[in-house]
Amino acid sequence: MSLTGIFEAAVLVPASSAEGEGYTPPGPGSFLFPPIFEAGGLGFTKAMGLVVLSAVIVLGFTVLASRKAAVVPGRLQFAGEMVYNFVRNSIARDNIGTEHFMRFVPYLFSLFMFIVVNNYYALIPFLQFPSFSRIGFIVPLALMSWLLYIGVGIWKHGAFGYLKHATVPGGVKGPILLLLIPLEFISNILVRPFTLTLRLFGNMFAGHILLVLFASGGAYLLTSGNALYGVVGVLSFGMGIAVSFLELLVLFLQAYVFTLLSAMYVGEALADEH
Amino acid sequence: MEGSLNLVGLGLSAIGPGVGIGLIFAAFISGVARQPEAQSRLQSIAILGFVLAEALFIITVALAFVI
Repeated sequence: MSLTGIFEAAVLVPASSAEGEGYTPPGPGSFLFPPIFEAGGLGFTKAMGLVVLSAVIVLGFTVLASRKAAVVPGRLQFAGEMVYNFVRNSIARDNIGTEHFMRFVPYLFSLFMFIVVNNYYALIPFLQFPSFSRIGFIVPLALMSWLLYIGVGIWKHGAFGYLKHATVPGGVKGPILLLLIPLEFISNILVRPFTLTLRLFGNMFAGHILLVLFASGGAYLLTSGNALYGVVGVLSFGMGIAVSFLELLVLFLQAYVFTLLSAMYVGEALADEH
Repeated sequence: MEGSLNLVGLGLSAIGPGVGIGLIFAAFISGVARQPEAQSRLQSIAILGFVLAEALFIITVALAFVI
């Protein structure tokens, strides 16, 4: 593959939206990139490259921010401490409780940083692809959170005790338990990893489709040659900019929510019987 | 006309969470207006409610493209 081919595969649009007759709206095909290079039968795609890059960014940022730690913090140290304090205080401490929360701060902090960096790829020029719009990258994260809170619950209450803690609501007696126990089991143990995964995936997927739609639709309308279409094309670009600002909020919120829910599940598993 | 009926269903399914999220934030705003010092406590509860209401729609988004 030539150098321009690599550049196109890495930066520009995926192959499925190549120009043809008429306008092809973005769909799930917009997320399928041709591999940049192949190694041992496995293609290395742009999304994989972005995830590796995000690990480097997170590691670099935290090492640089904590390397010359001083009582009066520098700019970078201040930024690092702000993020750390946010995760430590308003996510971990408020939801897990003051007794055990410090054990979970490293996990929650790295989770938060990793998701934030991967999400904000959606708006960084030339990258412009949220790597978590490929669901495969989120499944391991959700599985880790799932195993973590179940493991914590078993550590605290014992295997049978945790099952009882998670499925039997306090203060309920009688035959209504026959209905409530399966429901609680499904909602507290089975569905949680799926909703964690799908929430992050769905938001990234929908946001990226919206941005691609307004950008490519605007470009198509502007180049169509019809003056009236051109006006709508400008409107479409305007909407694209507005959606970008909405995304700026959503990208952060989803990282926050994923971490918050992980912390909440852990806090719930650790809670004493009521 | 081309397209998938799935997307009509997707639009319909946005109604419920839309109303729900509106109600959640309306309650949040009036709560903060009555008691501004409770904002930080209410905020995480409001966002939790928002997230749970939104999950319904997000699941539909996934299903609309999968099926």
